[in-house]
Amino acid sequence: MRPFRLAGGSRDHPAYWAFAVHRLSGLLLVLFLPAHFYVLSRAIQGAAALDAVLAWTEGPLVKAAEVGLILLLAAHLTGGLRLLAVEFLPWRDWQKTLIAVTAGVSLLIGLGFLINVA
Amino acid sequence: MADMASMLDVSVWRGADEGRFVSYPVPRRENQTVLDVVTYVQRRLDATLAYRFSCRVGMCGSCAMTVNGVARWTCRTHVGRVAKDGRLRIAPLRNMPVIKDLSVDMAGFFAKAARAKGAFRPTADRTADFAVIAPDSPRRRRADAAIECIGCGVCYASCDVVTWNPDYLGPAALNRAWTLVNDERDGGNRERLAAVAGDAGCHACHSHQSCMERCPKHLNPTESIAGLKRATVLAALTGKL
Repeated sequence: MRPFRLAGGSRDHPAYWAFAVHRLSGLLLVLFLPAHFYVLSRAIQGAAALDAVLAWTEGPLVKAAEVGLILLLAAHLTGGLRLLAVEFLPWRDWQKTLIAVTAGVSLLIGLGFLINVA
Repeated sequence: MADMASMLDVSVWRGADEGRFVSYPVPRRENQTVLDVVTYVQRRLDATLAYRFSCRVGMCGSCAMTVNGVARWTCRTHVGRVAKDGRLRIAPLRNMPVIKDLSVDMAGFFAKAARAKGAFRPTADRTADFAVIAPDSPRRRRADAAIECIGCGVCYASCDVVTWNPDYLGPAALNRAWTLVNDERDGGNRERLAAVAGDAGCHACHSHQSCMERCPKHLNPTESIAGLKRATVLAALTGKL
């Protein structure tokens, strides 16, 4: 047995959660990209092929997934801006509040999109 | 023997990198620190337990251990603050090889301070007059904010980047480099910035901020590392790196 299996306590704080969200959203967005390119590639097959896929994206499940996608994009964008602020601006204590701000702005953007598609 | 309500259930790591947690019953006392608990185990229950301490009052930084999953100075950690349910799990610091029980080999940790060019490089000799540095000058203030590090290794043990990349210089060494980057008397910045700009240097930091979160002296190594990131980028852009 290794002594550090239970040493996860060093990660239990907001800045680490922000890192985890940023990393996870980035990975999920990478997984989304091939699907995105696939849809765009349908245009090469002609208008009918693209329209068929676009019609499929009107389904309620796809719309719900889109809300998740917008949340991921918003979380990754605001998280990235926060990192730039932390690393390129001189440190101020309000930068701790930025984590809450990025979460709030991401949720607002997600909610705005949800209201728009609902 | 006292009743169980006044006893602590203390699991202590025994062994080296391979080993196991051993449970010890320790009487609960008022104003008891985790270091008191470890000392009780060693003095009363098992004299073969290896651990380090010196000053007992948060000056020397030698008693750092992992207490219930978090790296802390055990002398400055009251049992009441970390063991609400009467349980303590005490392990050696993370990210350093375990010598025995709660003692870790810090040689690699200190070697990284040297690799980050953490030694002062004077520009004047003893015949020169005192350097006059205004206490409120921006560089003096930046050095001041980071200079109180006593090298206890808590930040290093809390850093996931060190876990992922054992070559990474780590928060303490980079924080030290940053104080010297801001030292107007120092002449070693070209080599220092080159030393901290590599793969295992400041740009490896993911700004998890665990170092800042856990530093017992409330320093902010993440800020120092961000300062090095800016300084190395600026040096690269101006052809000084």
